[in-house]
Formats: sequence, structure tokens, C-alpha cells
Amino acid sequence: MAVMAMAAALRGPGGRFRWRTQATAGGVRGSARGAAAAQLGKKVAVVDYVEPSPRGTRWGLGGTCVNVGCIPKKLIHQAALLGGMIRDAPHYGWDVAQPVLHDWRKMAEAVQNYVKSLNWGHRVQLQDRKVKYFNIKASFVNEHTICGVTKGGKETLLSAEHIVIATGGRPRYPTHIEGALEYGITSDDIFWLKESPGKTLVVGASYVALECAGFLTGLGLDTTVMMRSIPLRGFDQQMSSLVTAYMASQGTRFLKHCTPSRVQKLPDGQLQVTWEDLTSGKENMGTFSTVLWAIGRIPETRSLNLENAGINTNPNSQKILVDAQEATSVPHIYAIGDVAEGRPELTPTAIMAGKLLARRLYGQSLDVMDYSNVPTTVFTPLEYGCVGLSEEEAMARHGEEHVEVYHAYYKPLEFTVAERDASQCYIKMVCLRKPPQLVLGLHFLGPNAGEVTQGFALGIKCGASYEQVMRTVGIHPTCAEEVAKLRISKRSGLDPTVTGC
Amino acid sequence: MGCGKSKERRAAARPQSEAHGRGGRGRDSSAKVHPPSPPLPEHPATGASGPSRSTSARVLDPRARLRACIDSHPVVLLSKSTCERCAEVKKLFKSMCVPYFLLELDQAEDARGLERAFSELTSETDVPVVFVKRRKIGGHGPTLKAYQEGRLQKLLKMNGSEGLPESYDYDLIIVGGGSGGLAAAKEAAKYDKKILVLDFVTPTPHGTRWGLGGTCVNVGCIPKKLMHQAALLGQAVQDSRNYGWKIEETVKHDWDKMTEAVQNYIGSLNWGYRVALRERKVTYENAYGQFVGPHRIKATNNKGKEKIYTAEKFLIATGERPRYLGIPGDREFCISSDDLFSLPYCPGKTLVVGASYVALECAGFLAGIGLDVTVMVRSILLRGFDQDMANKIGEHMEEHGVKFIKQFIPIKVEQIEAGTPGRLRVVAQSTSGGETIEGEYNTVLLAIGRDACTRKLGLETVGVKINDKTGKIPVTDEEQTNVPYIYAIGDILEGKLELTPVAIQAGRLLAQRLYAGSNIKCDYENVPTTVFTPLEYGACGLSEEKAVEKFGEENIEVYHSYFWPLEWTIPSRDNNKCYAKIICNIKDNERVVGFHVLGPNAGEVTQGFAAALKCGLTKMQLDSTIGIHPVCAEVFTTLSVTKRSGGSILQAGC
Repeated sequence: MAVMAMAAALRGPGGRFRWRTQATAGGVRGSARGAAAAQLGKKVAVVDYVEPSPRGTRWGLGGTCVNVGCIPKKLIHQAALLGGMIRDAPHYGWDVAQPVLHDWRKMAEAVQNYVKSLNWGHRVQLQDRKVKYFNIKASFVNEHTICGVTKGGKETLLSAEHIVIATGGRPRYPTHIEGALEYGITSDDIFWLKESPGKTLVVGASYVALECAGFLTGLGLDTTVMMRSIPLRGFDQQMSSLVTAYMASQGTRFLKHCTPSRVQKLPDGQLQVTWEDLTSGKENMGTFSTVLWAIGRIPETRSLNLENAGINTNPNSQKILVDAQEATSVPHIYAIGDVAEGRPELTPTAIMAGKLLARRLYGQSLDVMDYSNVPTTVFTPLEYGCVGLSEEEAMARHGEEHVEVYHAYYKPLEFTVAERDASQCYIKMVCLRKPPQLVLGLHFLGPNAGEVTQGFALGIKCGASYEQVMRTVGIHPTCAEEVAKLRISKRSGLDPTVTGC
Repeated sequence: MGCGKSKERRAAARPQSEAHGRGGRGRDSSAKVHPPSPPLPEHPATGASGPSRSTSARVLDPRARLRACIDSHPVVLLSKSTCERCAEVKKLFKSMCVPYFLLELDQAEDARGLERAFSELTSETDVPVVFVKRRKIGGHGPTLKAYQEGRLQKLLKMNGSEGLPESYDYDLIIVGGGSGGLAAAKEAAKYDKKILVLDFVTPTPHGTRWGLGGTCVNVGCIPKKLMHQAALLGQAVQDSRNYGWKIEETVKHDWDKMTEAVQNYIGSLNWGYRVALRERKVTYENAYGQFVGPHRIKATNNKGKEKIYTAEKFLIATGERPRYLGIPGDREFCISSDDLFSLPYCPGKTLVVGASYVALECAGFLAGIGLDVTVMVRSILLRGFDQDMANKIGEHMEEHGVKFIKQFIPIKVEQIEAGTPGRLRVVAQSTSGGETIEGEYNTVLLAIGRDACTRKLGLETVGVKINDKTGKIPVTDEEQTNVPYIYAIGDILEGKLELTPVAIQAGRLLAQRLYAGSNIKCDYENVPTTVFTPLEYGACGLSEEKAVEKFGEENIEVYHSYFWPLEWTIPSRDNNKCYAKIICNIKDNERVVGFHVLGPNAGEVTQGFAAALKCGLTKMQLDSTIGIHPVCAEVFTTLSVTKRSGGSILQAGC
């Protein structure tokens, strides 16, 4: 559990963390195997402070994932999925009177209570591991010293041999848009709303935007997504368009090629949003109860006074430059997670990077973090799991002639009786064309995509070839078995729709 | 080349040149049917590396092997690969466009045994020896003479009722239209083969029958998973209240509505299969197949009308049917899984007899839709599966209201009252002593095992060997029975796995080997499977018991952990029930030899790991793989507690 506690504390994009360690007199006291520095006999402090969001939302220890990210997101996604299951249930013989209404307040309370229990759990775990926790906002004084300020303004100076920066990022506000900061909310607020957001405009096309719009629609709210260009930039674009197509089929509205220009509050409390349609050049207007900005995140580096310690950042992204060992330009200062330049912004990568760093620092191992083939899942209504290269990347890297893409449209068995539309349930495996056709990337769109993708991620890590995947016998009847049955190549032009068993 | 086209096609089922036979060193590839001419241009597989085809040497003594060869092929040439005169005879048959079965005695496995059997059977001292329709023509001289005198040609054309058919009605007749048979049919049809599928469902004692598609589609995986889903949705409806959905207090389940929906879907699949066969020009007959002679089968339809068909090759894919107890009242009053999924009434209070995965799955979903369910177990749960996992499944079911009566077997079932459902009295006896108990149920479901459908196929007529005890058919690693032209796949195979995807894979690969020059064999190693009990169980590789047996307790390391699916935290249910376990071989770089997971979506989780196991996954690779957050499967990337250490694996927080 120590590992988790340490790792979780290392993330915490919501605030300022410093994980500080001082070598004790006796040096490394041999603890056999253990990840956390504290377990290795080190004196460790964690410094965390959550700057309230512009709407005043604040939270406890644990960072973005636990408080305003993965955890509440997946839980509310689950609430939305349950809504779908309630509609399926009558097909399967359950006598449920439709429609069933949703109570945001009740859900939010349950989710928030669970998150609070995690905050508490993290504090207890740090205590158990004798990690000193300071709820203070910190900045560098020099390369071995930081200054922390409490909510009440009291200052504390802390010094350490090694310092790890793991402050993460916070949602970006489009400050140039009138009313954006004043009336809009972000993902930092949505999970902590006590009341239903009502009719919502989600601005952005990041996975955060689509996930939020997806669950809001699923809970029965009138939801609109406004995007300037493409959905899920950086992800496979064919998959991305299927993700949004499914959302549209479930009732999410999309305003494509539009940018907001103004948010005004009407006398009745509603928000009037003005936007420009980039295609027609026309100006449009609409009213919403809530406007949610999900246009990206900015790293939390600006108030750290990094220059006092001589830590270099990328002037464009404001992220901290690091090497393969996670060291910054100052060798004893490290940066991990979303705040580090060029790293995937994912919880499990931050956890593992933190674990490995602690082991390296205290002589337990030399392993460095492998950032290739990191699997991930977007929890949109139809989940999208992927690992490895997108089709575009594979083509760019290896040339179209050397890439073979196997694909299939399939129908999850559970969809049949429930009479659900499976038009967007799709799998794509991107391989090298030359035998044995090394797998470069796997893309899975369908229920439980995360569960499906995890094992295949491992396969890809082990250097799986298309042939090996095809030799794997399927588990019947599951969605994942369709991956082991991908026989139609895009190049063949044959119909990739799976029929029969 | 002067050969009739239709004849060519039939004859050239296996496009191989002799060179392949010689080239295939180390393989038992000396026996094969030869095309009358060099590789045919119309064959896609021409020139591909030749498949090896075992003559089932391991299962038969040389004499029987030779006899089987002679009996099952119209023209047989016993030869040696280095013999000049043999080559001349081969040339002769080729010039006549006559397909022949070639057995190179010196290349076959157990060459010495074969040569001994050769002299015993043929009374000849040297090769070649030619048999036509089981009649010995003789060696090089007599064969050439018979040709010059026209006797050979006459014999080849002769079509007496006792003789072997000269030209076959079909290239391949498949007995059994289940997952395996249909997969083989569809694949073989790709190579322009003439195929007949015979499928016939003998009604259950209860009178249940169904359409094309076999067990999986009609009375297995498909309805089972759908009813399991119905039960899961029941749980989801309960959970949804905690997630803010305003659902009334009690939600009732309607058996008839569910069954109708499930059966409608199955009906569409049955229809889909028929259409698929028709599109591929595969002939389908709803008739019962029985062998009546070499290469000959009798098809009897439900009106008792009989037809005889001949084929060059046969594939037996008849699968299995549920076993009955053999006690008073079992056939009259009990049902099996063959009946359950289409039962026209709710089964009510149910006794499930058995502890197979079928038993536990059925008990699980019946309880899940709100029925009173009891499972009667003779000895252990899920024999053959990891027992640690099996017991956890049992405990979970018990906690969720399924009652277990252990170490009892029913000895009598009586009807108290007829009806839909009626009332039955079950008398059961303790396995340890004479103690008997009685219980009253609406339905008794037998799930004590399944028997291979091999005893009424006329296999003895053609000499296909079966295991007398189990009825299962031993085959080579290329799914060939001891009779070379008869193959078998699926649940009826001895020592193989009873799983739909395995049968499909075996059928597809067999057709590719037979007709497309492939040499890829079905790999029965590390086949993943999932048991759809309320808490699903996915597994791949060895059970802990098997691993200990194979490598020794000191050489395996078991890593394990409980986990709590995030989705279950809000309804606050079942903490420390989901469980992940991997078994590593310490001496082989901690290679993962067994993978086990108990939790939601276990099938979806297991599939990818199965692919990784195929690639030789090690514990270190598991540890260095990044998890997907927050999903259940990520638990496998952070397993750190070994069973040996006795460390706590209970889940506290995140």
C-alpha cells in the first residue's frame, strides 16, 4: 500500500507537491523490496495544496485523478452506463417502468463521499509510512529549499537533498472570451456540483470534453459539444470520428467548426453563449444552464519560482524539461507526471514513474521508465481503448506500403437482445506488413474497452505479431475475442462486418 | 493434360507433388493421396509448402494401419521412395489421370513394422504393390500387364454395390452442424470444394429440439451468456439506485419475456447459418448421418427417409449432449441445459445437480433473476479448474443466496404434481454413508456432465476407433482419426478442450490444411476460457495444482491480490471478492504459466492476457506494463504479494 500512497501523493496536479527526502545518518537502511522512499528508511515530506478553482471548488489529498479526474469521471460514466442498462433491462425480462429519472444530487453525494474516503485513505497511508504531509502552497527559495505558505498565510521553510516536482496541471480557461472565467466551469468543478448542471455546453474536443459530454447526455441532460476542429487530437482519427458518431446517435449535439466568442448571464440566470460558425462565418447564439470549458490543461509551474532553483521549462508549454531519469536541469530535482515535458498525461504512468524514481534514488534498482506503448482508454459512452500507434502515425513512420491494418465491425452479444445499435463497435489492429506482421497498435471501440485493452497492451509489450494474436483462441462469447478473429485487411477492401459466431 | 475437369477437382483434393513427401523429413508425411497430374494451376495452394499428414501411427499397429489404408482408398500404391519400378507405376497412374493413395513404406513412421506388416498382408517380398478397390493387383509386372490387357481400366470403372465408389458425391461430408462443423464447411467452401453438412438434433427426453448451429448457439454459450446478462442487469438495476436513478423498490423478472427474446435471437442465428451455407454453396441436410461403409454415409431425415452419400473425406463434429443420472424419474421429470434456455415456463424453485461449469452458470443466473436455487454437489466444484478459484466462486454464490448441498447425489425423482412447473420430490443420498434427504422443487436441472455423440454414427462399420469408456475419439495432432479419410473436431475429441472457439479454430485450420496447402495445426496450448458465474472467472494456462505438479511447489511463485472494482464502491458491495492470481515458473525467468481472474468482465480481461501468454509473458514484463486506470485489469500490472509470503492481499482503499 505504501507504493500507492507514495505514488498518489506524487501526483496531485491540483496543487503543489514537493516530495522531499533527506538521507538519514545511517544511509540506506536495508529494506529488502519496497518502492517508496519512506519505506527505504528515508525522511520524506509531501507538500500539497489545492488552489481553489475560479468557482471556488477545492478538494483533498490525492491530486487530479482521485478528486477531479479518473475516479469521479469513471463513476459518473458508470452512472450513465447504468442508465443504458435500465433501458436494456425490460428486453431481458425485467419489469422496469420507463423512463427512469436521475437524481444528480444523490449521485454526486455518493461520488463525493467516495472521493473523500480516498482522501482520508491517502492521509492515513502517508502517516503509516511516516511521510510528513504539509498542506501548504510551496515555491522554490533555492535549489535545496522551498517555502510553503498555509491558507492562513503562515510560512514554513523546508530543505531537502532531493526534490520531486509532481504538481500536474489544471484546466485552461479561454481568458480572451468575455464571461468565460466569470460564468464557465471546468472539470475541476463538474464532479463537485451539488445540483445538476442542466442543459450544458461543453467547449472543447479533448477526451475530457467528450467524456463529460458523454456522461451528461447519459444522465439525461441536454448536452452540446462545441469544437473548433477535430475530436481527440493525437488519437487515431477514424476511431475518434466513430466515438463522436456514437455520441451523436445517443443524443449529444455537436457544433463543429465553431468557436465561442461571448458568455453572458441572462436575468433568469441562464447563460447566453455567442459563437462563430467558422464554416459560414455567421454568428449564432444559444442559452445553456452550464458552460464547461474543456479546451486543454496547463501545467502548474508558474507559481513555483522554478527560476530560483534554476529549473528549465519549455517556454511554450511551460512544462519542465526532464531526461530519461526524470531529472530536471538541476540534477537533484526531478519532475514526473503531467508537469513533465513530453510525458503522457496519465495517472498510471505517473505512478510508475514515481515508483521507479524512488527505487533509483535509493539504490534499489536502475530501471528507468519505458514510456512507449502506454495503453489508455477514453471513457466515452462507447469506450475507446488503445495502445501503440494510430493508423496515421504508423503510416507516417513506416510508409503506407509497409503497414497492414486489420479491422472489424462487430456486435456485442448483449446488444442483440437489447436491440442496441452497434454501428460504431469497431476494432482495428495496425501491423507491419512484413511477416510475422508485428503489431504496432490496437484500437478497440466498444463496451469495457479498458478491460479488453490491458492484456493486449502486454502482448504488444512482449512483441506480439499478428500471427500470434491470430493463434490465440478466443473466449466465447466476448467482445475481446473479436480481436483474435481480425482477418479482414483494409487493403483487401472486403466487408469487415462480423457475421455469425 | 487430358483429364476431365470435374474428376480432376475431386481427385486433387490435396495438391501435392511427390517432392513434398521427400522434402518433409522428420514428418510422417509419406502417405498421401496423389493428384493424377502435376499441381493443378487452378489451385491457389499449388506450390505452397506441403502439409504433413500423419497416418495415425501412434494409435494403430502397423498391420491395422496398412489394412485401413487399403480399405479406405480406391487405389493404393505401396511403394518406397527410392524404388525405380514404383516410380514407373506412379507415372502410369498419372498418365491415366487416376488418383491414388501413396504409402512410402521407407518414409513412414515405424518403417520396419510397416515392412513386416507389408509382407504379411500382401504375401509379396518387394514393392511396389497395387490395390484397387481392396483387391490386390500385384507388383510392377502384374500392374503393367493388367493395364495392357485393359483389366485395370475395367476394374477402375466398375461400380458394383460392394465396391468403393469411383467418384464421390462430395469432397467432404461433415457430420454435425455446430460451431466446428460449420467453421470447417465455410472454410472448405472457399476452395471450391463440394461439401455436405448433415445436422440433426435428436429431441431431449423433455422433447426440446432446435435448429442449425449446434450447442453453442442453441443450448450453450449464446443463451447462457444472454441469461447471465439478464442476471447482471438485475444487479445493475439494484446498483443504479445508489447512482441516483429513481427505481421502484422491487423489480420483478418475467421469464417468458426473457426466454422469448433469447429464442428470437437464436432463431435469427439459425437462419443466418442456413443462409451462410447456401451463399457458400454448401449443401445442408437436416438428417442424421451414419456410416454404412467406406466413404459411404446414410442420411436419415425426420420422416425416416434415407439417402446414401459418398465422399472422399469425412469430418465428424457431432459434439456432446447432457448426461442423465440413470436413476428412477430422471428422464421423465428432470431437465438439462438442453431444455432450460427454451423452457416455456419459469422453472421456479430449482435444484441444480452437478458442479460443472454448466451447473454453476445456470444456478448463478437463475438465482440472479430471483429464483430459489439449490446446487447439489457430489464432490468438488469445477473439476479440472483451479480449486482455489473454484471455491471462491462457490463462496460468492453462497453469499448471494445460492444454497449448496454437498456430498449428496440424487437417487430418485418423483412427481408430486404435474404442471408448468410442477412439483417434484427429490431423494438424495450422502456419498459418505447411507443418510438420505428429501427435498421439494419445481424443477430439477441435471448438469452432471456431457457425453460424446459417437456411439450411433456407425463408426464401427468404418473402423474409427473410439475410447470405449468415454466415447471420445482419439485423433492425431492434425485431427485425423485412425481411418485416414475421417477427421474429427470439437467436443468429441479425446483429451482436447470442449470449447466453441477451439472447435472453430480446429475446423478452420483443418479445412486450410486439407484444401489450401496450409500446414498450420490447431494449438491446444494456453487456450483461455471464462466461466460466466455471477462473479465471472477467466483463466488461461495452468491451474495452481497443475503448476505444482508440473514444476514442483518450490519452483513456482504465485502472485495474487484481491481487488475492488471501482463501480462496486458506490453501491458498496462485494469488497475483497474479486481476485487476481498469476502463477510463474521461477526457473524460467518467472514466466507466467497460469493466469486467473475472478471479477466482472473476466472474459474481456482474460483475452488479451491470453495473447500475451502466447508471446511468453514474464512477471517482469507484467510489472513494467502500464495499467489502464481505472479498470479491473490493471491489477495485474501491480501484483506484488506472493502466496508464499502470506502477506495481506485485502483491499483497503484506492
